[in-house]
Amino acid sequence: MNEQRPLTVPPKLEAARAGGLEADLKPRMEAQGLTVYYGKKVGVGNVSMPIYANRVTALIGPSGCGKTTFLRALNRMHDLTPVARVEGKALLDGQDIYAPGVDPVDVRRRIGMVFQKPNPFPTLTIYDNVIAGLKLLGVRRKNVLDEAVERSLQQAALWDEVKDRLRAPGMSLSGGQQQRLCIARALAVQPEVLLMDEPTSALDPISTQSIEDLMSELKKHVTVVIVTHNMQQAARVSDFTGYFLTGELVEFGPTSQVFTMPKDPRTEAYITGRFG
Amino acid sequence: MEPVQTRSIHVSQSPLYRALGDRLFVGAILVLCLLVIGIVLVMGWQLGSAGSEALAAFGFWGFLSGSTWDPVQNIYGAWPFILGTLLTSLGALALAFFPALAVAIFAVEYAPRWLGSALSYALELLASLPSVIYGLWGLFVLVPAVRAVQESVYFWAADYAPFLLPLLGNPIGIGMTSAVLVLAVMIIPFAATLAKDSIALVPAAQREAAYGLGATKWEVIRLAILPYARGGILAGVILALTRALGETMAVVMVIGNSNKLPFTLFGPATTIPSAVINEFGEAQGLQLSSLLALGFILFLISGALNLLAAWIVKRMSVEGRL
Repeated sequence: MNEQRPLTVPPKLEAARAGGLEADLKPRMEAQGLTVYYGKKVGVGNVSMPIYANRVTALIGPSGCGKTTFLRALNRMHDLTPVARVEGKALLDGQDIYAPGVDPVDVRRRIGMVFQKPNPFPTLTIYDNVIAGLKLLGVRRKNVLDEAVERSLQQAALWDEVKDRLRAPGMSLSGGQQQRLCIARALAVQPEVLLMDEPTSALDPISTQSIEDLMSELKKHVTVVIVTHNMQQAARVSDFTGYFLTGELVEFGPTSQVFTMPKDPRTEAYITGRFG
Repeated sequence: MEPVQTRSIHVSQSPLYRALGDRLFVGAILVLCLLVIGIVLVMGWQLGSAGSEALAAFGFWGFLSGSTWDPVQNIYGAWPFILGTLLTSLGALALAFFPALAVAIFAVEYAPRWLGSALSYALELLASLPSVIYGLWGLFVLVPAVRAVQESVYFWAADYAPFLLPLLGNPIGIGMTSAVLVLAVMIIPFAATLAKDSIALVPAAQREAAYGLGATKWEVIRLAILPYARGGILAGVILALTRALGETMAVVMVIGNSNKLPFTLFGPATTIPSAVINEFGEAQGLQLSSLLALGFILFLISGALNLLAAWIVKRMSVEGRL
């Protein structure tokens, strides 16, 4: 699954390299002219940007700017909304996930997702929540499942808090723990990319901090894309930032550059707090 | 804040309204609530006391377990009616459960919107049809068909498995099989409608959690939707069961009304409501009291089932834990 297919270097990557970035940068995904329609309305239009492997990419912008719409296009979640339609390409390891014959179920197995509100399965235990995805893949061997539970909970920084009560209901955890349980559940199937849709917006500051601390660990195992309405969060956790406004990608670049020397005056107006 | 403004806000409310309005409303609601609870309790008490003559004559357990119901000798036992009621209701529920669940899943998850609402209307229509219509359909359409099937099964058994014959009973169409089938058709809309509503209430976040893990549609239903909706589905099942227990007209028309034990699969049987509807006209004295005691027993069974339903729904539903 992890084999690298040959890929043309996107213009933005060339620009990034010219800007003196690390040479080991490889795009895991790439959006090429991705447009999402809701009926006749454009939710987000003509977005092209790379998503670099083992980096955290933040998508920021004011409410309704299309950042979540774009994120959900990256693992074909819009397939579930009858009125939504996607045009353009989203490459995963060089292969278009919207190409004919690609099964959206396979796409979502390789590109996991964490949602705005923690949504563990309420009738399942902590253990069973983590292995839910593996069970779908037909994994039944107990030692494999046990290992996956420990590894995923370790990676989600939840293991120490729950290792003595893996058989307790997932709903018995606090909100922040539930969200980390959902991260562990997504990690258990070893996705290549993890999409996070405002994962801390329903959490208190301390839980938020624990999820943010997790990010730098997570990117060792997986490529992360995080949508956030919190600019400070994007600055803290991400390596690359895309700024969206009214359904359009205004600027994309290394986080340090976007926040200190934005190229577009609209980005500057937003990050300096003039609106949004 | 200017005090003048504060005063002007209260001008429209008279002191009497402010003192009485809320209390009158609460009082009215309280009276109506107590009235409903009171009616239930009084009805149960009156049924019990009207049936107490029979319960005293045969003893509570004696009446419950007695299998003779003979107005000529004035001996009354409720067991055949209790057994018939439970067998037909549980049989109907067993037949209706999976079709009802399938209809609910299809209507919410698979059917295009227009077909889903068409199904909803059809279910509501079926639920509101008078039961005498089901009885007519059962007697003139279902019973002949059932008889044809029963005959071929019976003749096959006579040739190859004669030991089954006492279990099967006479293939006359009218009897237990037809009653169970009619009841099953009658309760599917109840179970299906409630299951459908609780499936539709499963939050999108739960579905997306499963889709996000790479679940197929059927896996989403199994992993996220059915576990979340199980409380409402079970509530519908128990509502359907209480409905089946009390069903009178449709059952009495097709069940054959025989209280002779043992019941057979094909042969005639009876239920508590059938006994009441068949005998209340001529009954007096101990027989009337026995019919009222039968009613009291059905009242208790239904009440116990409703309590059980409330308990199961509380234990099984996930809403309270979120």
